[in-house]
Amino acid sequence: MDLNIFGNILDILTALFLTAGCFLGISGGIGLYRLPDFFTRQHASGITDSACSFAILFALMLQSGFTMVTIKLFFILIFLIITSTTATHALAKTALFKGQKPLLGREDNH
Amino acid sequence: MESVVDIVLLSFLCITVVAIVYIRKLFCAIMLLGIFSLLSASLFVTMDAVDVAFTEAAVGTGISSILLLSALALTHTREQRPPHQPYIALLVVVVTGAVLIYGTMDLPRFGDPNSPIHRHVAVRYIADSPHEVGPPNIVTSVLASYRGYDTLGETVVIFTAGIALVGLLGFRRRQEFKVRLYQPMDKKTSYAENSTEDGDEFEDNIKLPGANHMVLRIVGKMFIPLILLFALYVQFHGDYGPGGGFQAGVIFASGIILYALIFDVETAMRVITPKGLRLLAVAGVFIYGGVGLVCMFLGGNFLDYNVLSAHPLHGQHLGIFLIELGVGINVFAIMVIMFYTFANRKRGSV
Repeated sequence: MDLNIFGNILDILTALFLTAGCFLGISGGIGLYRLPDFFTRQHASGITDSACSFAILFALMLQSGFTMVTIKLFFILIFLIITSTTATHALAKTALFKGQKPLLGREDNH
Repeated sequence: MESVVDIVLLSFLCITVVAIVYIRKLFCAIMLLGIFSLLSASLFVTMDAVDVAFTEAAVGTGISSILLLSALALTHTREQRPPHQPYIALLVVVVTGAVLIYGTMDLPRFGDPNSPIHRHVAVRYIADSPHEVGPPNIVTSVLASYRGYDTLGETVVIFTAGIALVGLLGFRRRQEFKVRLYQPMDKKTSYAENSTEDGDEFEDNIKLPGANHMVLRIVGKMFIPLILLFALYVQFHGDYGPGGGFQAGVIFASGIILYALIFDVETAMRVITPKGLRLLAVAGVFIYGGVGLVCMFLGGNFLDYNVLSAHPLHGQHLGIFLIELGVGINVFAIMVIMFYTFANRKRGSV
């Protein structure tokens, strides 16, 4: 009985994290489409790269239990935590140094 | 549920193809090609063809994007408009497409157990490969043992492509190479300390890719060994899971290419020299063909690994290990040679 409750809690947590991940992914997609300049779009895609995939991977880890799959997912998570944030950083930095100026305030002149 | 996934993936595939055809910016087209490969890889996964998916993801998404981008650095970044209206081309494409669609009418349904492909040799592969060849991954035994000739052909094709590219574009002259080699390193790294607003300083730094990306360099240093280690895992674990020489070679090469992108091509060339790469490329094909010849000398057929050891299964194991190694070395060397060749030429010098 106790185990069953534990399983239910895991399922609920999984659902929560999956929903959060999906929400972040979709909002990242919308942001990529709607936001005005390079850096804000970068922010949107960065959310999809990082928070969204972390949440989904964490949910999958909750479901897979103490198996080899969890360990592999954990490695993927670590890999993504470092690489996708680095990729976002490198893109933004390159754009800044190549002369992309961030949009400050509303662009009313067109 | 699976059909929903299939429909979504296939419709994304179609959208991507249309976008690739319409878009004139070649940079975007290359990115879309990467997305196309990733979508096809996902489709292969849903069809349970993980080995193919792995290859598609590593080759199509990973290395061919990099190679195309480095080729793009030599040409214009926009596709030129054709001088005339391509109606004849459109006609040819429509007719060919119609013929192909007509051809699919005769194909058996997907997953039909009575289709010829499932009744011809597949039955024997599934039933007999564990005690004829050995590896738990049947794909490996088909690829490396039953179809060893085909894989040898593929390896030689990759080798030929590498030779052709080097023959067409060539490596840079050694003299020029040496001059760049002994530049002081301090100037490149100095940006992190004195990050001035000075435009000239910046101009000096921007020439070197990754020179002012401290974070990128550190993360690269952390991850390149892991990438190489993963490549070795894929290489030697191919008997048991998805993977093998092709994927491992590509992953190993992408580790080196990442190094070259972050730390400059010249630095990478000091680690893995072009001459050594050419030797490795030859050695890969040589190992593969050599295994076949050794089999013949030991009294078997070409690429008949049974004679390599007293026990046929051990012979198969050794043979598959060696030819996968040959494939991996060859693919790795050719991929890095291609990257070096593109990276070494200046824009517009083709």
